[in-house]
Amino acid sequence: MSDVAVAVTVNGERHELTVPPWETLLECLRDRLGLLGTKKSCDVQVCGACTVLLDEEPVSACTLLAFEARGRRLRTIEGLAEGDDLHPVQEAFVEHGALQCGFCTPGMIMATVALLQENPTPTPDEVKHYMRGNICRCTGYKSILEAILAASRRLAPGAETGRGA
Amino acid sequence: MLRPFELAEPASVGEASALLARHGEAARLYAGGTELLLAMKEGLVHYDYLVNVKTIPGLGGLRRDGDGTLRIGAAATHRAVERDPVVREHFTALARMEADVANVRVRTVGTLGGNLCFAEPHADPGALLQVFDATVRLERAGRARTLPLEALFVGPFETCLEGDELLTEIAVPPLPPRSAAAYLKFGFLERPSVGVAVAVTVADGHFADARVAVGSVGPVPRRMREAEAVLREKAIAESPAALEEAGRLAARAADAVTDLHGSAEYKEHLVAVLLRRAFRQALASLGVREPS
Repeated sequence: MSDVAVAVTVNGERHELTVPPWETLLECLRDRLGLLGTKKSCDVQVCGACTVLLDEEPVSACTLLAFEARGRRLRTIEGLAEGDDLHPVQEAFVEHGALQCGFCTPGMIMATVALLQENPTPTPDEVKHYMRGNICRCTGYKSILEAILAASRRLAPGAETGRGA
Repeated sequence: MLRPFELAEPASVGEASALLARHGEAARLYAGGTELLLAMKEGLVHYDYLVNVKTIPGLGGLRRDGDGTLRIGAAATHRAVERDPVVREHFTALARMEADVANVRVRTVGTLGGNLCFAEPHADPGALLQVFDATVRLERAGRARTLPLEALFVGPFETCLEGDELLTEIAVPPLPPRSAAAYLKFGFLERPSVGVAVAVTVADGHFADARVAVGSVGPVPRRMREAEAVLREKAIAESPAALEEAGRLAARAADAVTDLHGSAEYKEHLVAVLLRRAFRQALASLGVREPS
């Protein structure tokens, strides 16, 4: 066996790819599919900048082999907004200034989407535990935490402006 | 960037074992890659063949036997163990430990079997599973053997697995009635500097049984039997002095090494502190008030 056939749905769109077994999901997304929102930073799964959702579970694209996406669904930061309408988590990050250079932001947002799907009303401690491993080196974590809690309120069942994750 | 390798995807344990036998040192089992791929990326190791065990049917599940023993397939992810309702209800300390391994992205992909086989000294599961008296099943074509988990760990990044063997299952027996386990760790990097696991069984105000295991401090996670002996049969009322003595013995026996995660002396100190706190937590979960 050399290359691997990978049928994968990325942000709702089906792709039939052939990838070498050593290709990472990050390389596949960026170099093959041109999805540059997923960032390469530490490249050893400690910083979280490359977080994407595989069957709605957060994974580090930098250290996951692309063939692992066979037959599964991927969501990247490009798959969140609907046209010009930002996802509520994206809106919350903007409103709370939860970014500076923005390099960690796609990973932060994808992790937040996964967190809120699993636990729609997390406590601040639950947020901190879940987001551990998503590292920001410029804005600090206070505004990020506030943005996540605000997104949680917005998306919580019964919230007027929520449109679901 | 990873150097090229071939991927083999066997359909059975026997087929995987045959591939290992055929390719020898050029092949390595792949069970998630959260540790292996890092070492490969850094150029520390290279394999011509990765043998993917995640697609072998039956290796990924969890089940509970009639006698209460939890059987975890080696390819079950940390996340699957963490979220399993049976683990949460009957092996609470295991669920809690798993929920605190690395970060959520590692837990989604990394497997318990892979973690144990990689034998990275700074890992959590090896210590806690030992106070449950967990065993591991090692299989190859035509033979299977079951060993106490402690015997798996030979040295840092080194196990007793033979070249063509696979770890297929981790069996975790239930603790006796009136027992509780706890795992506490401390670290300032991604991985723990020190991890201390305890299990305690209480009867008539006594420690009917006490088990202690220490991980991350020395080359391999190990049971601390001298420390256990000091506690066994002690009255809970005498526990402050007994726990202090047990902490001292465990610290000495832990074979602490100085590394990036702290000096040997610092780790020894933490062993004693965490041992005391872990027993207090386990006793508290049994509703036993320990004298201060």
